[in-house]
Amino acid sequence: MEIKTKDYHVNYDSETTTLLCKGSLRLSGMDEYAPIVQIFNQVADLEPSELKFNLKGLEFLNSSGINVLSKFVIKIRQKKHVSMIVQGSQQIPWQGKSLKNLKRLMPTLKLEWE
Amino acid sequence: MAQLFGNFSEEPISSEEYLILGFSPSSIPLKQRWRNNGLSADFLGDYLTTFFPATDTHSNTIDRSAEIKSAVGYIANELLENAMKFNDEASQYPISIQLQLHSDRIVFRVTNSIPSQLVEKFQAYIQNLINEDPQEMYIEQLERNAEDDSNSSSGLGLLTMINDYMALLGWKFDTVKTEPDVIAVTTMVQLTV
Repeated sequence: MEIKTKDYHVNYDSETTTLLCKGSLRLSGMDEYAPIVQIFNQVADLEPSELKFNLKGLEFLNSSGINVLSKFVIKIRQKKHVSMIVQGSQQIPWQGKSLKNLKRLMPTLKLEWE
Repeated sequence: MAQLFGNFSEEPISSEEYLILGFSPSSIPLKQRWRNNGLSADFLGDYLTTFFPATDTHSNTIDRSAEIKSAVGYIANELLENAMKFNDEASQYPISIQLQLHSDRIVFRVTNSIPSQLVEKFQAYIQNLINEDPQEMYIEQLERNAEDDSNSSSGLGLLTMINDYMALLGWKFDTVKTEPDVIAVTTMVQLTV
């Protein structure tokens, strides 16, 4: 479960149960995000008991991307036995502003900052 | 007769520091020009850091310059994406983004034409944005998007500007040509710096 382009890298490591999203994501809409959404859905279906969502290297995310991340969080919220840790970077300004909204969608989500 | 919504100011350019970029939608198709949204937005963000130099390079906290670059880059990108997506292709009317730097704020004005059949729905959406609690609207939109996969647009651009960047928004609708009618919408965003 991996997509790597010159702009972004999405990968799921089943050993560490870590979903990585890094680079710059500014795709034009749900159609373009579909391959990434497919990976996210596959990860959700695996239902790891503790899922780590590593966004520490996600430098840019447009609002369509925020939508994709939020939909994924809602999906995980619906899987009652999956806990989620979102790993963010204090050095990336948009994260400090927008990641807290994920906690509003899923109050049990843990936000860790590096 | 122009129609104004929200915090829209008609004042002429009073800032001595401004940039205007213009795009001709007909020169190349939307898919090809999509990458220019990011290029333009990043350029605008980077350009403005000259006026907000980095202060303490040893600090662990993000400095003001980096915050502004990021905020400008995000807002400009969203405004351009909206302008490109909702532009009335048939009108041949150019899209423009203008940035003005004031001592306490950065003002964005993006103008694009809009198909006349979309005007009513857009104005109704704007009224909601003005009257409802944007935080509630944001969460409601996310929950709605999660249930209904059919929309290609997330409807989150303007809401994130208000909620995450505390931006003030305003809109102007104008008929800029007749026979056939071409309606232009200018979205104005004020970001405190």
